Amino acid sequence: MFFMKKAWWKILTVIILYYVIFQGLLGTVPRQPILNETIRNLYFHVAMWPTMITLLLVSMVFAIRYLRSSNTVDDDKSAAFAKAGILFGILGCLSGSLWANYTWGDFWPNDPKLNGAAVGMLIYFAYLLLRSSFEDEQRRARISAVYNIFAFFVFIPLIYVLPRLTDSLHPGNGGNATFSSLDIDNNLRMVFYPACIGWILLGTWITSIRYRLNVIKRVQEERVAELSVNHHGAARAVND
Amino acid sequence: MNIKFMKRLSFFILAFALISINLFAQSGVNSEVAMADQMRNDGKIWVVVGVIALIFAGIIVYLIRLDNKLTKVEKELNIK
Repeated sequence: MFFMKKAWWKILTVIILYYVIFQGLLGTVPRQPILNETIRNLYFHVAMWPTMITLLLVSMVFAIRYLRSSNTVDDDKSAAFAKAGILFGILGCLSGSLWANYTWGDFWPNDPKLNGAAVGMLIYFAYLLLRSSFEDEQRRARISAVYNIFAFFVFIPLIYVLPRLTDSLHPGNGGNATFSSLDIDNNLRMVFYPACIGWILLGTWITSIRYRLNVIKRVQEERVAELSVNHHGAARAVND
Repeated sequence: MNIKFMKRLSFFILAFALISINLFAQSGVNSEVAMADQMRNDGKIWVVVGVIALIFAGIIVYLIRLDNKLTKVEKELNIK
């Protein structure tokens, strides 16, 4: 069905990511001062962000689907995708911080893109908090779905639009040279695009595991509920 | 099916390790900007590559095992 339990796309994930690791660490890259070999972080740090955005986008699509269908399956999928997206966001923040220390000279330079990403992550942490604070499943699903849509559309300007309006250290933002012909040549592209696809597939794999676990939990809860109902019914029958 | 899957996977991993040996052949040109050419010759950079590949393999094996366990429970509970 939606999460193909088949193995082929998981094999594809592993193949792509091994290609990214080997080619990413040993392939030719442009020689840039200051960046030096750290330009290879393009395949690992930078690729986290398209991955995160894709996972959060899919999460938002399932949130919209939930609001239209009121089917808890859609809510489960939405939550699983959001959680995987948040994981990649945290990894992106941490890896970016390490990279920044050795190229920009500070673990957290007050760059609008960094701060935007941090605020965005906080918004999504609030999403997790919101989810965990409802007892009623229907209410949780509906309010989380609405919040999810809101969060996604706040997040996009925070990390993609606002940094472009001011000065940022990130390429392609403010007065900085863009990530085009000079910064990202065809050698880089040959690894960067597969890297994005590979990490997205890995994120989807993690999402599918979380979702399937959730389905199992739900089925088991139903079984227990059925059992106790049957048990009560049987007890009543005996009493009668 | 799982053993077959693992076999196929380890074949691909091996194939990639072999292909990437080609990358040894790179030679450094115009060394005005400090790059890791030296490292790649004898600076033990392959150790780092190996360690990363190993860690990644570990994570993938963990994910596969988790996946298989879920499949088993799903079969027991008759989910799809």
